[in-house]
Amino acid sequence: MVAKTRGLIMTVVALPKVAFFSFTCCEGCQLMVLSCEKELPDILRHVKIVNFREAMTGKTDDYEIAFVEGSISRTEEVRKLKKIRKTARTVVALGACSATGGLNCLKNRFPMEEVKKTVYGRNASRYRAFDTLPVRAIDEIIKVDHYIHGCPIPKKDFLRTLTALLMGKVPEVNRNPVCVDCKMAGNICVFEKGNSCLGPVTRAGCEAVCVTYGAICWGCRGLVDNPNMDAHSETLERYGLTAASIMQKFDLYGNCKLEKSETICQHHPVTRRKQKGR
Amino acid sequence: MKKDLNINIHEITRVEGHGNIVIDIRNGRVKELKLEIIESPRFFEVMLKGRKYDEAHHIMSRICGICAVSHTSASLKAIESAMSIRISKQSAMLRKLSYCGELLQSHILHVFFLVFPDLVGAKSIVELFESHPELARTGLKLKRCANDICETVSGRHIHPISLAPGGVLFTPKAGELKGLKKELLRLTDGLERALDFILSVPAPSFSMDREFIALKDKGEYGLYGGTPFSSKLKHIKPESYTKKIKEYIVPYSSAKQARSPKGTFMVGALARVNNNFRQLSTRARKAAFVAGLKPPSYNPFMNNVAQIVECFHATDEAVDLIDAILEIGPRPEPVKKPAAYGTGIGIVEAPRGLLFHEYDINRDGVVERAECVIPTAQNLRSIEDDLRAFVPAILDRPRSEISRSIETLVRAYDPCISCSSHIMDVSFE
Repeated sequence: MVAKTRGLIMTVVALPKVAFFSFTCCEGCQLMVLSCEKELPDILRHVKIVNFREAMTGKTDDYEIAFVEGSISRTEEVRKLKKIRKTARTVVALGACSATGGLNCLKNRFPMEEVKKTVYGRNASRYRAFDTLPVRAIDEIIKVDHYIHGCPIPKKDFLRTLTALLMGKVPEVNRNPVCVDCKMAGNICVFEKGNSCLGPVTRAGCEAVCVTYGAICWGCRGLVDNPNMDAHSETLERYGLTAASIMQKFDLYGNCKLEKSETICQHHPVTRRKQKGR
Repeated sequence: MKKDLNINIHEITRVEGHGNIVIDIRNGRVKELKLEIIESPRFFEVMLKGRKYDEAHHIMSRICGICAVSHTSASLKAIESAMSIRISKQSAMLRKLSYCGELLQSHILHVFFLVFPDLVGAKSIVELFESHPELARTGLKLKRCANDICETVSGRHIHPISLAPGGVLFTPKAGELKGLKKELLRLTDGLERALDFILSVPAPSFSMDREFIALKDKGEYGLYGGTPFSSKLKHIKPESYTKKIKEYIVPYSSAKQARSPKGTFMVGALARVNNNFRQLSTRARKAAFVAGLKPPSYNPFMNNVAQIVECFHATDEAVDLIDAILEIGPRPEPVKKPAAYGTGIGIVEAPRGLLFHEYDINRDGVVERAECVIPTAQNLRSIEDDLRAFVPAILDRPRSEISRSIETLVRAYDPCISCSSHIMDVSFE
């Protein structure tokens, strides 16, 4: 919008409109955004948040950037998601559930009828309220422009992505494994402590916070691009661990795409050994 | 006075999760009233099946982003009771401290971000920032401190990291705890401001007799420990909780509802304050006195006041816990190993009320069956009953005001729909 005032040209830039949407998930990633207490007042000066059901009344279908949280598990959600894609210029997957399907995929191990019966009883199929589809990440349905990984997302990742988008840049993608973050955090390796960990093949960007606080990397951020599976299986061997044990850990977060993605299965030691065996 | 009303609030806002309210009134009588939970069901009970015991708390934490510490705690207590694991005193205190942080964070988020905008007719905290900048900033400051507690003790608030079967995996340093204590002591002004503000707009007078269920503990205000106690049934054994409190499905909602043998009951801050008033800290009782909250209060709108009262209590308890931890350490401790297998129950008070987890764990350490009873599911029937009595009484008001009052009433319960399956919209049909 350009306004002319007494020969002086004053440019008034309309604030970019940002919307947040939430599908099948715990809404923890939206809360992580609300947890940016220090930065929130600044953010609100640079964008107009038009949709954020958890924190505000009022909805609109006019927005440029859509942050989508949660995975897709219902027909209704598929329809809503496609509409978001049509409206938004940029779609960002917010957190593990939307980026990779996340933990929700554990449900996919069972037939959907059995899933419904276990929770809602014998007559579950009679009611629409309990309808459920096998869980999918959002990019299995629409094109996603950018990803913020993690369960939950790290605050810094969100702020970095938003800043880049506002400046018209492409948000940087972290291509390191978590081990890099872990070394920088000065942690003792989980394998040294006699435990196993998904850090070597998981995408970094979390500052290895789980290991810092005494746990292991559970792989919530998904596989790093071109994971070095050989090195990982060497590490496993060195510590006397079997690939099978680590595969079970993988499917905590990796189930959705792991089943479908041939690349991961072909490269992983477990599958390779099976193929050799044939 | 008009006699007919059709309300259909689609996806009620400023609550956690997705839900609708449908109300149809003919000739002053409620013909239909439904709280439709349209949140996509998550099926956690199924997701846990076949997983190792040491993953269970990690998975169950993901039920809800707001009460992740409570779900983790209930899950850990269930695992530890099934596998005969006794955690150390320090571990228990650190877990409680993290829990206090969550209670504060959840109540502050609800009161400042979701309820206060209602009181001034704003649509969100963003508008509250414009009309009451001082107050909004206070809210953010309080929330920051609550987050700091969880971060220092358990790595982060949303899906805590260090809480694990057998104890805690991380011990904060004495200096960090002292820093937290300083921050906590500075919260008083902010909490008093919140109390003054909520009292400046009197709560609607509306009362309905009901049963209150909350944990009762011997030595202290029941939050992390204790056993269920009902204002009408008295003590309920944890093993018989699911026999007494029956969950049932309603066809329009992906969250179950629940009833006790006495019918409708309420869980949450008001239930706890009503049942355990004497065990609150002195400051918390004083705050309740100033706010005119005398137990038992049957007004659901007072739940918001009860939340602020509990914030005073949680602050005091956190300070006491820090002092006690500093006295014995803090020193790193190894986690305890499982000694048995079988069935275990874990109950804690989540910010929104009594939370129940029960697992069967087999000899390989694998979870064979899981059952969870969630606070919001237990409150849904109470919310519907309240609306049924409340709406006919305000029919003479303009439609937009009725709609707003309905949302305000539902919001007072601080429903957490992600938890109950995940909640809400109000629709006038």
